[in-house]
Amino acid sequence: MSVSEIRAQFPILGTQVYGKPLVYLDNAASAQRPAAVVDTWKRLVEAENANIHRAVHKLAADATEAYENTRECVRAFIGASSAKEIVFTSGATAAVNLVAFSFGEAFMHEGDEIIVSVAEHHSNIVPWQMLCERKKAVLKVLDIDENGVLQPEALRKLISQRTKIAAICHISNVLGLVNDVREMVRICHESGVPVLVDGAQGIVHEKVDVQDLDCDFYVFSGHKLYAATGTGVLYGKQKWLEQMPPYMGGGEMIGTVRFSGTTYAPLPAKFEAGTQNFNSVPTLVPAISFADACRKDPAVQQEQDAILDYVYGKLTEDERITLYGVPRGTKVPLFSFAVKGAHHEDLALLMDKMGIALRSGQMCAEPLMDRLGVTGLLRASFGPYNTLEEAEYFVKCLDRAIGMLV
Amino acid sequence: MTLEERKQEVIEDFSLYEEWLDKYEYLIELGKALEPFPEEKKTEDRLIKGCQSRVWLDAELRDGRLYFQADSDAIITKGIISLLVSVYSGRTPEEIAADDFGFVAQIGLRENLSPTRANGLVSMIETIKEIAANA
Repeated sequence: MSVSEIRAQFPILGTQVYGKPLVYLDNAASAQRPAAVVDTWKRLVEAENANIHRAVHKLAADATEAYENTRECVRAFIGASSAKEIVFTSGATAAVNLVAFSFGEAFMHEGDEIIVSVAEHHSNIVPWQMLCERKKAVLKVLDIDENGVLQPEALRKLISQRTKIAAICHISNVLGLVNDVREMVRICHESGVPVLVDGAQGIVHEKVDVQDLDCDFYVFSGHKLYAATGTGVLYGKQKWLEQMPPYMGGGEMIGTVRFSGTTYAPLPAKFEAGTQNFNSVPTLVPAISFADACRKDPAVQQEQDAILDYVYGKLTEDERITLYGVPRGTKVPLFSFAVKGAHHEDLALLMDKMGIALRSGQMCAEPLMDRLGVTGLLRASFGPYNTLEEAEYFVKCLDRAIGMLV
Repeated sequence: MTLEERKQEVIEDFSLYEEWLDKYEYLIELGKALEPFPEEKKTEDRLIKGCQSRVWLDAELRDGRLYFQADSDAIITKGIISLLVSVYSGRTPEEIAADDFGFVAQIGLRENLSPTRANGLVSMIETIKEIAANA
């Protein structure tokens, strides 16, 4: 697959903004959707719309089949041992909240400890803070080193007899470095501590095998992986999910309901209360197929590597620019940086007018911004449909914007 | 110059620039030329909420007229606030309170800024109106 063949699957990439071709470099916030995803989405609404798991009629059966086939597709994609371990949520945020609540109810007591890293998205901090408030537990923070790397050995030092769970990102949405989660999981397991991996960015850039990582929970959002918005996945080891109480009560998650007492459905329905997002969840199938094809395609990988080399080189050699998340070896094409004497918002506004979509600000990672000593950063995050030519245009426009401001 | 005359002048200044990048360049110039804001006045109560960048606004009532001073850590925002200050500083609270701030839309600032920035602009205008109403 050439990059131009890929681009042809994304009509939005052909649009113009302010009379200039759109250069979409905000993929870490949300990716674009290929035609196959849009077609599936449309088909689900137009031809297969019926509530799942409930009725005996044909449409309901078709919708249910599409939904459950997606569960099997996700299971295979991340290498889970059973489809019971795949819970659909509205996104990574909902998945973390589910675990923070249900795991917390089952296992956390006053004085217990939770470890998160300083590089987490707010979604992987605030639910744990809420749990700490509920249970009078303590949040411990794993720091990054001077290059932005989470050191597994530093994690070892934070673990105590009171540590009940650790929650770590696979790839930070700011730093763009692949963390050694496999080693961190191994270290935590030595002390019997389960690990939740926030894979919102990781699932996009890395081949994930949850059995190889041996993580206890892995969460991600569909919309960053080319699927419909409002879709997300919680992978959880069966042994944990079995022991955790439901997060929400409602239809579909029950065994029997009596006023004398209610029993819950088996996994994974126990965690899927109420009407599910059946019009969108099955878009994960073509989305995963697209992501998988990109990952296995040498031409796509070559272009991604070329972009990574080029942008990394340009940003690190420019003395006006400070790149955060430095080691080239574990870097993905996601770059957050500061420019001396120029505010990130000014740069983003100017480059917007040049047709470039960037993210500016704190990127839902205020503690990391504080740690880095900045009020915000500018971020360019590339996807498989971005070209080296676009990367070159980005660098040229950045230089022009800096020139206007400094 | 009356408030109306000053607003017309700003609208004419902006009409000189067709490209939005040029308008931004003009705002950047205005921002750079804004008179320095005393560091000790950069306090929490003078900070305007709702902007991605930080914006401080200070107002003083002298002889029945409001005088504004402002600053921001982002230069385009500083240009915008400088523009507002140049239009509304030295006016009576009644004049400001009665104004509809329509010229901001006329020069295309509101719709040509990103949503977060537009929110910041709305917050700046709201703050100026509030100060005038309470003066």
